[in-house]
Amino acid sequence: MSRAATYSPADIAIFVAILVIGLIVPYFVPAYTFQIAVLFLMVVFALTWDIMGGQMGYNSLGNIFFFGAGMYVSSVVQIGLFYDVAEYTAHFGAVKVEFTPAQYYIGLTAGIAAAALFAMVSAVALGWIVFGLRGPYFAIGTLGIAIAAGELVGAWDYVGGGGGMSLPVYPGDIQGRSYFFYLLNFALAIVTFLCLRWLYSTRFGLAINAIRDDEEKAEGMGIHTKRYKTVAWAISAFFLGISGGIFGNMTGFIEPLEVAFPTVTFGIFMVLMALLGGKGTLWGPVLGATLFHIIKEVTWTYLLGWQWVTLGALIILNVIFFQQGILGWAMEKWPKFFGIVVEENETVEQDTGGKSTPARVAP
Amino acid sequence: MLGNLSLLYLAPTLNIQLLLDGLFVGAIFALAAYGLALVWGVMNLKNLAQGDFVIMGGYIAWWLGTQGVHPLFGLPVAAVVMFGFGWLVYRVVICRVVDKDLFTSLLATFGLAIMLQQLLNLLFGPDTQTANAGFETLFLFDNQVTVTQIRLISLVLCLVLALGLVLFMKRSRIGQAIRATAQDPRAAKVMGIDTDRVYAFTFSLNAAICGVAGALVSMIWVIQPFFGITHSIRSFVIVTAAGLGNLPGVVLSGIGLGIAEQFGGFVLGAEFQQAIVVGLLIAVLIWRQIQMGRHRQVVQ
Repeated sequence: MSRAATYSPADIAIFVAILVIGLIVPYFVPAYTFQIAVLFLMVVFALTWDIMGGQMGYNSLGNIFFFGAGMYVSSVVQIGLFYDVAEYTAHFGAVKVEFTPAQYYIGLTAGIAAAALFAMVSAVALGWIVFGLRGPYFAIGTLGIAIAAGELVGAWDYVGGGGGMSLPVYPGDIQGRSYFFYLLNFALAIVTFLCLRWLYSTRFGLAINAIRDDEEKAEGMGIHTKRYKTVAWAISAFFLGISGGIFGNMTGFIEPLEVAFPTVTFGIFMVLMALLGGKGTLWGPVLGATLFHIIKEVTWTYLLGWQWVTLGALIILNVIFFQQGILGWAMEKWPKFFGIVVEENETVEQDTGGKSTPARVAP
Repeated sequence: MLGNLSLLYLAPTLNIQLLLDGLFVGAIFALAAYGLALVWGVMNLKNLAQGDFVIMGGYIAWWLGTQGVHPLFGLPVAAVVMFGFGWLVYRVVICRVVDKDLFTSLLATFGLAIMLQQLLNLLFGPDTQTANAGFETLFLFDNQVTVTQIRLISLVLCLVLALGLVLFMKRSRIGQAIRATAQDPRAAKVMGIDTDRVYAFTFSLNAAICGVAGALVSMIWVIQPFFGITHSIRSFVIVTAAGLGNLPGVVLSGIGLGIAEQFGGFVLGAEFQQAIVVGLLIAVLIWRQIQMGRHRQVVQ
């Protein structure tokens, strides 16, 4: 399924169109700049989840950990470069700390770089723990890591504990601020997409697809599966760490449970978006994220109070009836359009291969 | 942190208090974990909504308590209502994911968990609640250790229920059918067992067990709509540590988890309690991995 990373004229036309639309949209609907910036964040979420969940068949429920870790590392670096962090968080709200524009931009750059680096390193370290786990244990183990991280950060006074911490204020007017962070998110989404597009066309993409299809056979063919798995996780952690750093600055205030490690919101959204669009495809997560974000905003507006119930129902419906996702469905319907040659008696399997083992009895 | 540790050393009775508290809650954890082991073993279903079933049972008992029904009488009601609810959930959702791959059932039950906790939140609000059973408190060791009678009653109920379940699975016709289905669904079908009904019954039985566990939790501890996920994780810790089909193991690790949580919460602070549970889960997973060593597909 991996297509070569060459750019046909049609591809270039699409990318240029997206680029132009993305750049001018804030001028036409300035009120929605924040919402659209969040949409790009969602695209990054879905794309990075899909590296593991869709392309490699490892369904992580805890990828949000890297988002939160990136957010906190970035904030600590941004503040720590110029002030004492413990003092800053202890005086939360009481002392107004000023950052000069130069300090702000240096801090932001260093913070995001540190966030990306930390996320990658922690992915490698955690990979050592979790990659021995298969199937549901992997999902539960990663979920556990994300929940534990939120709880632990909430009890850690150095970074403000459960009360959270506020970030340096953007040196500029509000309009400029929203456009600045909009552009950062937009750029991140584009870079993530292009990187993954290239990556899936290389040997690496083939290797992780092989792991998804049959890990034992892949290993038998000489693929160093553990190394590929770790690298794949580190790549998704890299982009998530950056997105965490950006999002923390965009909201201006971070807090462990709702903003940094929102396991049951963003952490599940990323799975749902990739599934909705079609996991294991390049455009699927983008499509799913866009659609999901629109659905979410509509339900949040019109079904206030019931939005979570709706969300839970949506997850169940999606998983039961529409697991192949929009693009997966389209591929089955019009395979020729996607360049898939369908032979008779052959079905496109995208399952994780989690075959049920003979169950044992509880006494 | 170290202050609390030395306190444990200086006041030995405090250890007894924590041990007993751990025993009482641990017995309930073991009950809910047994239900999880049941659906896991029989249907190969990992139910992430397990803890939310527990909390739902708790709210049924608590709500009946506010209506003037004693929570102990609310307990069988919770079991019956949850049995019916389990049947409904099976017919609507679970029967469609039983034969799918594992992640499907995990995600579907996760969706279910979100729905349940939010519905409970909408119905009863986000406050923590305790059903008031109105029993006396026993004072032991010069009044240094307190044990409420309801905790003793809950422990006895847990034991009776566990024993009843074991006998039911061993002796009764449907228990035999459940075990046959767990061993080999296809063979069971050939022998004339309606496996679909067996699955439905197993899932409903699990929900009823959770209902009882929840009613007990509501009496001796606190319930809150969002506590479900922690209960789910507890059940997973216990089942993963004990393995399927190992009832003594489930009971032991349930009580062990309860005690570990009490001590950990006391030494590190109550805000770490959830982190301790999750930390134990990760520790158990790592331990299983090391234990199984070179085997592939070990913990599948």
